[in-house]
Amino acid sequence: MKFAVIVFPGSNCDMDLYYAIRDGIEQEADLVSYKEESLDGYDGILIPGGFSYGDYLRSGAIASHAPIIKEVIRLANEGKPVLGICNGFQILTEIGLLPGTLTNNRQNRFICKQVELVVENNKTIFTNKYNLNEKIMVPIAHGEGRYYCDEETLWELNENNQVVFRYSQDVNGSVEEIAGITNKQKNVLGMMPHPERAIESILGSDDGLKLFKSMLETQKNGVQI
Amino acid sequence: MILVKIYVTLKDSVVDVQGEAIKDATHTMGYPGVSEVRMGKYFELKFDDSTESLEKDVDEICDGLLANPNIESYRYEIAEEA
Repeated sequence: MKFAVIVFPGSNCDMDLYYAIRDGIEQEADLVSYKEESLDGYDGILIPGGFSYGDYLRSGAIASHAPIIKEVIRLANEGKPVLGICNGFQILTEIGLLPGTLTNNRQNRFICKQVELVVENNKTIFTNKYNLNEKIMVPIAHGEGRYYCDEETLWELNENNQVVFRYSQDVNGSVEEIAGITNKQKNVLGMMPHPERAIESILGSDDGLKLFKSMLETQKNGVQI
Repeated sequence: MILVKIYVTLKDSVVDVQGEAIKDATHTMGYPGVSEVRMGKYFELKFDDSTESLEKDVDEICDGLLANPNIESYRYEIAEEA
């Protein structure tokens, strides 16, 4: 399976993702510049964390107009897996592939710590290796991670099982402790916690590895979702 | 040159955590009468005089970039400049 890791000016988790793919699940990965205009030949798109364009204007706002974005949208619409982590999640909401918005943490501070997540939906291409309601430890590192959406959107997210990860307790003021959501088609996942920083127990947790293994499993054997 | 002044503010339904921190600072400064602070963003865009469909352009720029319609609203003024 061949992944593209999109690199924006200010991305800083791109190498962690590259490492998670190359060493974690032993698949191919390329670092692809935001200036590129083609993503032909890739089976999955990964949008890393960081501070694209210094978070100027709003996190993800300027990256959402980069040249590569049209291709990200095209592949998402074709059903290819697209995973945005942290700033990647913020970018996916700014380009409209995912509903809602990430804004300043309720406590108005940057938070960097290990948190417990609950797997709320394990019938997705990103989570089929987890058990339903499995509790996993994954780090967060964000200042603008408070998920916000209107009530109608929230109702739809719950109705369609689009909430994939929730924090097991309130960490940043997100509505209903939402930590990660998919689009309706379930091929685009955005999450604030960093599974790519949790792929080896020596670094505190390897609970994130199953997310990448799930994507590989789907590609190899298909998964009923 | 046409000058457009754009104000982007958080919708009332969204908690303004930066505004809260600023309000706390005003109290520390000795102004306990400040009961609320809402923080926003201000932009000045200059357009060529020849720009047609100015308001349509400004709306598109606001909706597509300067404001996030999920959490923010915007208003603007158009002023001629020498």
